[in-house]
Amino acid sequence: MKYTEDHEWLRVEGDLIVVGITEHAATQLGDVVFVELPEVETMVAAGDEVVVIESVKAASDILAPVDGEIVAVNDVLSDTPALVNEDPTGAAWFFKIKVDDLSIIDQFMDEDEYMDLIG
Amino acid sequence: MAEDLLKLGLHGLHVARGGKLVPFAGYLMPVQYAPGVMKEHLHTRSAAGLFDVSHMGQVILRPRADYGATALALEAMMPVDVLGVKPGRQRYGLFTNETGGILDDLMFANRGDHLFVVVNAACKAQDTAYMQAHLADTTEVLPVTDRALLALQGPLAESALARMVPGIAVMRFMDSSVFPWQGMELWISRSGYTGEDGFEISVPDTLAEAFATALLDQPEVMPIGLGARDSLRLEAGLCLYGHDIDITTSPVEAGLTWAIQKARRAGGNRAGGFPGDDRILLELADGPDRVRVGLRPEGRAPMREGTPLFAPDAMPLGEVTSGGFGPSLNAPIAMGYVAAAFANPGTALMGEVRGKTLPVIVAELPFHPTTYKR
Repeated sequence: MKYTEDHEWLRVEGDLIVVGITEHAATQLGDVVFVELPEVETMVAAGDEVVVIESVKAASDILAPVDGEIVAVNDVLSDTPALVNEDPTGAAWFFKIKVDDLSIIDQFMDEDEYMDLIG
Repeated sequence: MAEDLLKLGLHGLHVARGGKLVPFAGYLMPVQYAPGVMKEHLHTRSAAGLFDVSHMGQVILRPRADYGATALALEAMMPVDVLGVKPGRQRYGLFTNETGGILDDLMFANRGDHLFVVVNAACKAQDTAYMQAHLADTTEVLPVTDRALLALQGPLAESALARMVPGIAVMRFMDSSVFPWQGMELWISRSGYTGEDGFEISVPDTLAEAFATALLDQPEVMPIGLGARDSLRLEAGLCLYGHDIDITTSPVEAGLTWAIQKARRAGGNRAGGFPGDDRILLELADGPDRVRVGLRPEGRAPMREGTPLFAPDAMPLGEVTSGGFGPSLNAPIAMGYVAAAFANPGTALMGEVRGKTLPVIVAELPFHPTTYKR
């Protein structure tokens, strides 16, 4: 698994990259009460706001970590947003993105580097 | 930034209990503890939650000669019957300005030979100066700077507190009394800002940590942060100063007419004679142009403060002043101002969230029934 400075995790699944948020991010956000997912077949650029997460306290954006096409979203989160707190690195993935070159994932942090980031 | 923030007297206790600290009204305050806003909220509704509200302003108004003169001087500052509050009773009040807006909301208690006032943290310096300017002839305005203020809220607040302070169980909603504890005075009122039965307790700084710890040792009691305080008061339909009420909103628009007793209304013994009385008495007679309402978004997306509100034909009506998620309702809730013709419960409106227009229904307040022990 790889990590972004925005506290997303990325893992390769076949020819896709699956994206979610880290346990650290989920804890910081607090109880998630609403998740707005993008449409599938949307072309996105790295840095685009693609998901809105609302906790009891506030709204936050999840950014596309890489350029590509959103090919799947986790609709379960629309009905059970609390899954983001319960299983952030497993069942609560947000979207799957199709990229030109999977090796782009190598530019992100590994687990040790991410752990250093969050101290 | 953190250097400029004031620390609460119970700062050490909040840190030790795992409080996540954020800046609020010039103080470093716990926004939540480890369980998080949702669990803290629900615990307060089902058991008892302890809130540190020591950032709020506590002020003694001590009459120079005559209690009645002080009460009447305070009546000249707000559209509230101060004189009629009996010894041992507390009342909600509002300082209004010359245009009928609200300078602050507050609680005041008749403590026999003087009044005890609690004002909002962000307004306390201004309120104190304002009271000193208007009450000086009759009254000593004495800020209380050596006491913490705690709120214990929830259906089990009485049983938890009664174990430590026998005698509080006989109090009714908005009673205010002094009780001894470890040789010093607790100033206790049966009130709060969550919609639950509960107590607000002013405790000397020197005893605050021992008292808070003893309360937290009761099996019913959990520490609660500002996050849940906000969701609890929103479910209870209560206004947050600076958001739902401010210098531009009148008490009538805000739906706070219950705070304007008969004595201060047209035909009352002491009608008018407060700042903004022209506008406020006119709005009481004719109704205001806009009204604070409860709002239930139809989907799951919260409508936060600032969300623009529209009629179905897209005519702008106003905006959300407090909005979020109601854990006890398991749904988004909000309050805001709309033109009076659109204020009836059940009216279908639209709110704009991130560029999308979403349906929202005007709802009765409070969202969650209150359980005050009247």
